[in-house]
Amino acid sequence: MKRKGKLVQWIVFAVSVLIYCSVLFFLPDRAECVVDASMRSLVEMALILPAVMILLGLFAVWVPKDLIVKYLGRSSGIKGIALSLVLGALPTGPLYIAFPISATLLRKGARVSNVIIFLTAWSCIKLPQEMVELQFLGLKFMSLRLFLTIIFSVIMGFSIECVIRKIDARRGEISS
Amino acid sequence: MVATALLINALALICLIFARVKDKKRTVQALRIAVKSLIDILPMVFVIIIFIGLMLGLVPPGEIPRFVGEQTGLRGILLVGVLGAVMYIPSLLSFPLAASLLEKGASIGAVAAFITTLTMIGVVTLPLEMKELGKEMVFLRNALGFVTAIAIALIMGALL
Repeated sequence: MKRKGKLVQWIVFAVSVLIYCSVLFFLPDRAECVVDASMRSLVEMALILPAVMILLGLFAVWVPKDLIVKYLGRSSGIKGIALSLVLGALPTGPLYIAFPISATLLRKGARVSNVIIFLTAWSCIKLPQEMVELQFLGLKFMSLRLFLTIIFSVIMGFSIECVIRKIDARRGEISS
Repeated sequence: MVATALLINALALICLIFARVKDKKRTVQALRIAVKSLIDILPMVFVIIIFIGLMLGLVPPGEIPRFVGEQTGLRGILLVGVLGAVMYIPSLLSFPLAASLLEKGASIGAVAAFITTLTMIGVVTLPLEMKELGKEMVFLRNALGFVTAIAIALIMGALL
C-alpha cells in the first residue's frame, strides 16, 4: 500500500508540473501572479518544514510505540483522558501507524473511549501540525480549533464507547 | 509569521542540541528519519505549492466565495468537509492550503471544516483502519468525526 501510494504521489506530482508549465506557457499574462503566489508559499514552507521534520524524527526515536502502549494500556479516568491526548499529540508519524497501536491497546484492555481520544489526538492535534497551523492561520484560529478539538474528542470517545458497549451486550444476549 | 517560523526553528534547534548531548547515536537516527520524512513529503509539497499558485493566480476573485464563502453557510461547510474527508494529502500541508483558501475568500468555518476532516478522516486509509479496529468502531469514529468537524466549523465560524 505504501509503495503504491508513493507511485500515485509521483504521478500526481508529474501531472501538476505539466499543468503548471502549460499554464505559464499559454497564459503568460497570468504567469507572474501564479509564480508569485507559489513562491510565497514555497518560502513559507521552506522556513518551517525542516524544523518540523527534525522534531518529528527526535520524537519518533525517543518515544517508541511500546512506551505509548505501556502507559495508555493501564490508565483510566481523567488521567487516562489526559494521557491519551498527550501521547496522541506527540509528533510520532502519520495516522496509519496509529491504527495498529490502537488495535494493540484494545487487545490489552484499554478503554474504548481512551483509544478513540488517542486516535483523534493523533490525527488532529499533533504538535508539529499545531505549529504549522500557527504559522499559516494565526494564534486565534489555532488555539480555538485546538480547544474545540480537545472537548469534542472526549465527547466522541465516550459516545462511541457507549454504543460499542451496547452492541457487545446485544451480541452477548444473542449468543447466550 | 516570521516570528512563528523563528520560534519553531529555535525549538527544533534546542531539542536537537539537548538530544545530541544526551545520546549521539539516537540523534543521528532521528536526523535520518527527519531527512527521510522530508524527502517523502517533498513531491506533495510541490503539488500543493503548484495548486496554491494556480488557485491564487487563476481563479477569479468571487469564484471561491461563491462556493465556500461566508454566505454559503452550512452548505459551503459541508462541501469542503466532504472534500477534506476524501482528499489524501499529508495533514501538515492542509494548513498552507487552508490559508490560501481563506485569502481567496472562503469562510472561517469552511476552512476549519476542511482542516478537521482532512486530518481526522481518511477515506483512503479506511480499509486499513477496518482491518485493525473492526467495522463498527471505524464506522462510528469516521461518522462522528465528520459530525464533530462540522460542529467545530460552525462554532468557529460563529466566534471568529
